[in-house]
Amino acid sequence: MCGTCGCGDPELVPVEVHDRILAGNDRTAAHNREHFEKWSVVAINLMGSPGAGKTAILEATAGHLRHLRGGVRLGALAGDLETHRDAERLEKAGIPSVPITTGSACHLDAELVHRALHDFPWQDLDYLFIENVGNLVCPAIYDLGQSANVVALSVTEGEDKPLKYPVMFRKADLVLLTKVDLLPHLPDVRVEAIRDALRRVNPAPALMPVSARTGEGLSEWIAWLETRRASRTVAAGAVSAS
Amino acid sequence: MHEYSIVGALIESIERLARERRACSVRGVFVSIGELSGVEPDLLATAYETFRERTICETAKLTILPVVARWDCPECRQTIARGAILECPQCRRPARLAAGDEIVLERIEMEVA
Repeated sequence: MCGTCGCGDPELVPVEVHDRILAGNDRTAAHNREHFEKWSVVAINLMGSPGAGKTAILEATAGHLRHLRGGVRLGALAGDLETHRDAERLEKAGIPSVPITTGSACHLDAELVHRALHDFPWQDLDYLFIENVGNLVCPAIYDLGQSANVVALSVTEGEDKPLKYPVMFRKADLVLLTKVDLLPHLPDVRVEAIRDALRRVNPAPALMPVSARTGEGLSEWIAWLETRRASRTVAAGAVSAS
Repeated sequence: MHEYSIVGALIESIERLARERRACSVRGVFVSIGELSGVEPDLLATAYETFRERTICETAKLTILPVVARWDCPECRQTIARGAILECPQCRRPARLAAGDEIVLERIEMEVA
């Protein structure tokens, strides 16, 4: 007799599943992605260690994008364990933002992003920056529905970070090497060594040295974003035409 | 520590499967965890021990099947050596992850009356 419910002689039955444990998150992410594509919103999942310069890069990005012809509409979701400081900084820089306070959770997931979007007029945006929780491990595992993963890595974090955190750097469509204005003070940090480390964990490595302080590299970064936006608009046009 | 949220999702899907098949208990759970999945098998096992109490998994032993990461060439299928640059030395094509990013519930063993 079954010891649990007394339902008679039980039979041990193996059930083959072979399904991703995070299939639920994947479904919500696919739903988010469908929405972003329908409204031609380029959603960027910006990840990196705490203090890598994620917020600073977005502040500088807003300054540059504002001067583009035709105007560019920006928005951000800012994930943090506690406080709304990042969202406040982004607002001040001219990026309407919604904070997502995760409490003790070390990452954003697709559901948190979906819920945050309910309170935010995101459909009119050209770019939605999702500033993930500062962490080089957990955020890499959760698809949010983004168009691209961008990882901010500051020069002070050392040359071997990609080798130490291969899961995160494998997922990066672009690595922004931040704070390069500090390189003259860091004789032991060589950009070429970082590039080499990245090539050993990511089969399509893209590394872009930038400085939010001096503006170095920002025009390349803006060009990268604009290429994404151009292809997104074409894709959405093709969908609505069909 | 995303392992806790992964165990949460794992137990949820097992509860759903057990309900669908009218199982009275679950005895075994088998999951594959890839080396490049970002999930630590030891932490996952600890999280499972913490969470399974008073759930359908209370009687279920967790078996973690670790999967070694393997990159290969999508063209000639040659395996790329560990730690090497992720490009085929012959074809020059970007390597492809053939195995190692699994976070998969493979099988459960349940008791059905």
